[in-house]
Amino acid sequence: MTLELDGKMYPTDPEGFLVDPEEWSEDLARKMAEDDRCELGPDHWQAIYILREYYAQYAIAPPIRILIRHMGKKLGREKANSPYLYELFPHGPAKQACRYAGLPKPTGCI
Amino acid sequence: MSALYNRIMKKNVSPKIKERAMSHGKPFFETGNDQSGALVEGWKEIAIEKLGEIADSNRGFRLFLDSCVKCGACTDKCHYFLGTGDPLNMPVARQDLIRGVYRRYHTLSGQLFPRFVGAVDLTEELIEDWSTYLYQCSECRRCSVFCPFGIDTAEVTMAGRSILDAVGLKQKYIHAVLTNVHKIGNNLGMIGPAIADTLESLEEEVEEDTGVNVRFPLDEPNAEVLLVVPSADLYTEPHVDGLIGCAKIFHQAGIRWTMATEASEAANFGLFVGDDSHMSDIAERILTTAQNLGAGQIVIGECGHAWRVASSYWRSLFKDGMQGFEQLPEPVHICEYTHGLITEGRVRLDRTVHDSKVITFHDSCNVARGSKMGDQPRDIYRIPRELLKAACENFVDMAPDTICENTFCCGGGGGLLTDELIDVRVSGASPRVHALEQVIEKYGVTHMAAICAICKSQFRTVLPHYGLGTDMIVSLHQILGDAVVLN
Repeated sequence: MTLELDGKMYPTDPEGFLVDPEEWSEDLARKMAEDDRCELGPDHWQAIYILREYYAQYAIAPPIRILIRHMGKKLGREKANSPYLYELFPHGPAKQACRYAGLPKPTGCI
Repeated sequence: MSALYNRIMKKNVSPKIKERAMSHGKPFFETGNDQSGALVEGWKEIAIEKLGEIADSNRGFRLFLDSCVKCGACTDKCHYFLGTGDPLNMPVARQDLIRGVYRRYHTLSGQLFPRFVGAVDLTEELIEDWSTYLYQCSECRRCSVFCPFGIDTAEVTMAGRSILDAVGLKQKYIHAVLTNVHKIGNNLGMIGPAIADTLESLEEEVEEDTGVNVRFPLDEPNAEVLLVVPSADLYTEPHVDGLIGCAKIFHQAGIRWTMATEASEAANFGLFVGDDSHMSDIAERILTTAQNLGAGQIVIGECGHAWRVASSYWRSLFKDGMQGFEQLPEPVHICEYTHGLITEGRVRLDRTVHDSKVITFHDSCNVARGSKMGDQPRDIYRIPRELLKAACENFVDMAPDTICENTFCCGGGGGLLTDELIDVRVSGASPRVHALEQVIEKYGVTHMAAICAICKSQFRTVLPHYGLGTDMIVSLHQILGDAVVLN
């Protein structure tokens, strides 16, 4: 499967995750969100960049509690909880946020 | 429709037969267009030979294929059949997918008079059915409880999957997990620094919440306890709250415990593909780490098949017995361990914190039907319930035909916890969810505790499909941890 943006084709797996995380761009994230009828606000971008920074360091998306703690540091305590995270990404941080952030989907007993 | 009917009736009745209702429920494979799977050259000969090898080396498997008399006792016992109405999800029909081929190529009667003995040729269409319906079995073994011959469909499924692996159909999810665990040491692929960072963060979180410095030690030598949890316990909710609960109990009881980077995974997906070499490699990692760290005791966390493998397979996995590991005592389940601490009065629980809750317990299939706890018969069912009752005044059980040895699988076990199988998972969860709905209606149950990472993730995903909240599913040690009086 592929994702098309500005005439260029980006290979994805059947679930829409980029095959090559290096190809990620903000425009690709916007395109994925648009296809899901989701508009990316400032808090979405904070989450996406937290995911990308963590991934760059640890080669995996952050555990949910770590993501929430980082969100709290950037956005304030009232937004540091998992219901808010699910409000931003109704399909869940693993399935939706990681995809927008160009990360592979975490796999395991989760 | 059958799922809908059951839903309305809120009970588990045998559904109307719907031929091939779940034929679209096929997992991704590592090969083929859009991961649909591609057979290797010479697949037929390879499959037939491998089937023969397994039948020759695994006496149980051959016995299971030979002894079925088609009595029908198993037909309405599988949660996937109850949820889908697809007759190929009747355990006997699932076994027959393999049995017919075994008869055709590996029995005299099947070679001479195939049509009289239900022997069938191995065709690409049949392989398609294998690759679909062998991944609609969670190897939960409920059917085997009701089979008068004790035929264990899980063994047949495992054998069939290992044949699929050999002909190029490696299921993507299971093999991604196996790659992670062999390469990095845990199913998720969390490297050492990520584990250390996570534990440090949990320590901060608990201190902020409670004002007490509850430690989450990593790689500490000579600990009394090496706690080996499924890596999901570090990663996601509600699993992580179970790990926090364990840490609080250890802290309060004054146990010197540790987790280990090299043993950061309790789960053993080797079981799901029916491959002993995967299984023993994963097990050996834990045993070697315990030995290197000089740990007194291996305690296995809340993970169903981890406990099944540790409790029932470790001793038989290694050709020379437990050679090299003899000095390590038998592994202990976290519930046995904390039950001991609470019974001895080393940890005090304040039950009032759970006064607004009514809790029930989901027996995880691999624990309830594949392992043991304690030294008395049925301790495996008694111990988790006693723990919950020690922490919460209001405990009720679900219907007797859905708990203990009769428990229904969550619907996501056995390597099915992957998004492309969501229809299979939601349907397969229906018998358990109906039993849960009954106790919600009757007793006002608010929470269901579980002791398996897969069960917890599965329920968190599927409960909303039944109009129930994701918060209903909790870790057993979360209930305990919240009630621990810390000082």
